[in-house]
Amino acid sequence: MAAASAIKAIHQTMLRAAQPARFVELSGMLIPWVAALGAAMFVAGLVDGLALSPPDYQQGETVRIMYMHVPAAWMGLFVYALVAGLGGLGLVGGHPLAFAAARAAAPLGAMFTAVCLITGSLWGKPMWGAWWVWDARLTSMLLLLFLYFGHIALSRAFDDPRRGDKAAAVLGLVGCVNLPIVKFSVDWWNTLHQPASVMKLGGPAIDPSMLWPLLLMAAAFKLIFFALWLVRTRTEVVGARLRAAASRSRMEGER
Amino acid sequence: MTRRRQRLILLGVGMAAVALAAVLVISALGDSLTFFYGPSDLLARPDAATHRVRLGGLVEPGTVSREGTMVRFTVTDGKSSLPVRYAGVLPDLFREGQGVVAEGRLTPEGGFVAETVLAKHDEKYMPPDVAAVLKKNGEWRAQQ
Repeated sequence: MAAASAIKAIHQTMLRAAQPARFVELSGMLIPWVAALGAAMFVAGLVDGLALSPPDYQQGETVRIMYMHVPAAWMGLFVYALVAGLGGLGLVGGHPLAFAAARAAAPLGAMFTAVCLITGSLWGKPMWGAWWVWDARLTSMLLLLFLYFGHIALSRAFDDPRRGDKAAAVLGLVGCVNLPIVKFSVDWWNTLHQPASVMKLGGPAIDPSMLWPLLLMAAAFKLIFFALWLVRTRTEVVGARLRAAASRSRMEGER
Repeated sequence: MTRRRQRLILLGVGMAAVALAAVLVISALGDSLTFFYGPSDLLARPDAATHRVRLGGLVEPGTVSREGTMVRFTVTDGKSSLPVRYAGVLPDLFREGQGVVAEGRLTPEGGFVAETVLAKHDEKYMPPDVAAVLKKNGEWRAQQ
């Protein structure tokens, strides 16, 4: 019973925070702190990853690409799940902030996915001997980027923004099947890409001296995303209110 | 039943249908999504003799020899192995006991002529001194 009432209280608090006016106020307070913490961790992670951490016994200094590539890949997957979840929330609950937050997050997820693909290509050439191969991991990650593009295009393809949001939400949910494919492609099929080093059964296969800067960068990417996402969602909310005010004053002028 | 609950159920059923479709498609595609075959899988495939294929496995230690630009080595998957011949530049990570993916054709003599050779590394990352200690203490395990 206590748990049920606690969940109810949290839900109420979240609904209050999601009221447009309250959200603009709250996000305005949060953004500078999240951005500053994210930037500080990013700088610390870069210094640790590029200068302090050791080279790899096989890959030498090239291993340092990992500190950008892996966090970007994780964010590409995480943000997609977030966009799909927000789309589902919008479809079921009809809360306008859910669609606004999904629209705000999708281009950021596409950016992380692109960073993952580009840094992966730069890493593949010296290590594997190829910029690109069509193995299951690389191909499913490219598909993830195209799913983002589809979401971004669909959500802006209709005169009525509600219709665009709904169409994009359906695409986002259907595209979720690609997430386990990306993650497990390296286990289900023979790929040139290596299997998982960190999130695997039996614990990480990375030395702690390289795992810590990697996790630091991953946390920095999360915070930077969160700050940018808040800024973009806020812009969507304020934009919607401006458009509503403009159409109100037009109607009053016609009267 | 409220409209919200109706939409939630519809969403759940829809997601379950999409997931089922995905599982069916992936299991139907089977190993056609695989990037390479090990020597024993490759030799068991009827189309391997006539098509360009990718052979993957470990470079068997002690089998690498060079004459000019021509490199010869044996690729093994623990069960069977294939002698590979390749004229070209090898990737930096090409080493004995390491993973390798060679693209090319089987020869009638039972060998493999590679047109490209790619290096495949495993998921282990560690500093050189840690690797040296592990090797010294005999705790080093080759790729599983």
